[in-house]
Amino acid sequence: MPKLTIEELEKLREEVRKTTFIREQTQFRAKINVHMGTCGLAAGARNILNAFLREIEKRGLTDVLVTTSGCAGLCSREPMATIEIAGQAPVKYVDLTEKKAQEIFEKHILNGEIVTAYALGIGSEKTDLT
Amino acid sequence: MEDLSLHILDIAENSVEAGATCVKIGLIEDRSTDLLKLEIEDNGRGMTPEECQQALNPFYTTRTTRRFGFGLPFLHEACLAAQGQLKVESTPGKGTKVTATFRLSHIDLKPLGDVALTIITLIAGHPDIEWHYYHRRNNFEFTFNTREFKENYPEMAINHPEVLKAIRNYINQNLSILRREHDRSQSL
Repeated sequence: MPKLTIEELEKLREEVRKTTFIREQTQFRAKINVHMGTCGLAAGARNILNAFLREIEKRGLTDVLVTTSGCAGLCSREPMATIEIAGQAPVKYVDLTEKKAQEIFEKHILNGEIVTAYALGIGSEKTDLT
Repeated sequence: MEDLSLHILDIAENSVEAGATCVKIGLIEDRSTDLLKLEIEDNGRGMTPEECQQALNPFYTTRTTRRFGFGLPFLHEACLAAQGQLKVESTPGKGTKVTATFRLSHIDLKPLGDVALTIITLIAGHPDIEWHYYHRRNNFEFTFNTREFKENYPEMAINHPEVLKAIRNYINQNLSILRREHDRSQSL
């Protein structure tokens, strides 16, 4: 089977030579953590992650990190994501849709305004549910 | 779960939680026996025979965040719906292998879904784990692994959004080549 070279990566490689972007980026402006337990996935968490990636790509940002974690124990409020702006307390967002993700990206990550309407709480304390 | 690629993501997250450093994900389509096989193999901490036996029971879990675990039972349901089976083999300290089979022509076989998105989601979430993906259709095969990628592109962070996008496109392009080559060989 013919194998493709990763053309886009060859192009990226050229850019890497010109700029300092990509490698060992330790200073992130923001971290997006999408919860990916079985509950999150069944509720559409992968599309939420994809929506955040699209927003980053669209703007060519290199200092926003997207990562995943497991079930946070609040399955009925999935899909959830935790947004952490460098130096600030993390904010958990619940009942997400791709549209809400886009709004959170523009308001919270780009402009620093927490979207309280979609937020569960601020900080990373454990939620006590009985 | 809407499609198999979401099940793959779900089961592979179990491997991550089991402390795996290398996870191999395989999809094997065998048209002659009408069989689709999904294999997910890790080198995580593995399970004892007792835990392994309980793995398909939704009301059993080893975690403490909640009292149930639906990942494997959901996959099991998907297998049974398409006249297949689910096998979980595990050795404590060595790792776990999940093998799911499906009848390819079964009307209740879930669509494959976006496997490339699943792979980049796994890489984004766990860039330090070595991810392998292979996809076979009869005699045709496509493989991708992050170790080779890191060797070829040492200057790039594998979880960078631009890199993830390129990997996603790369996998999608190769999967369509795989399908095209296979289908062409069938029509000869």
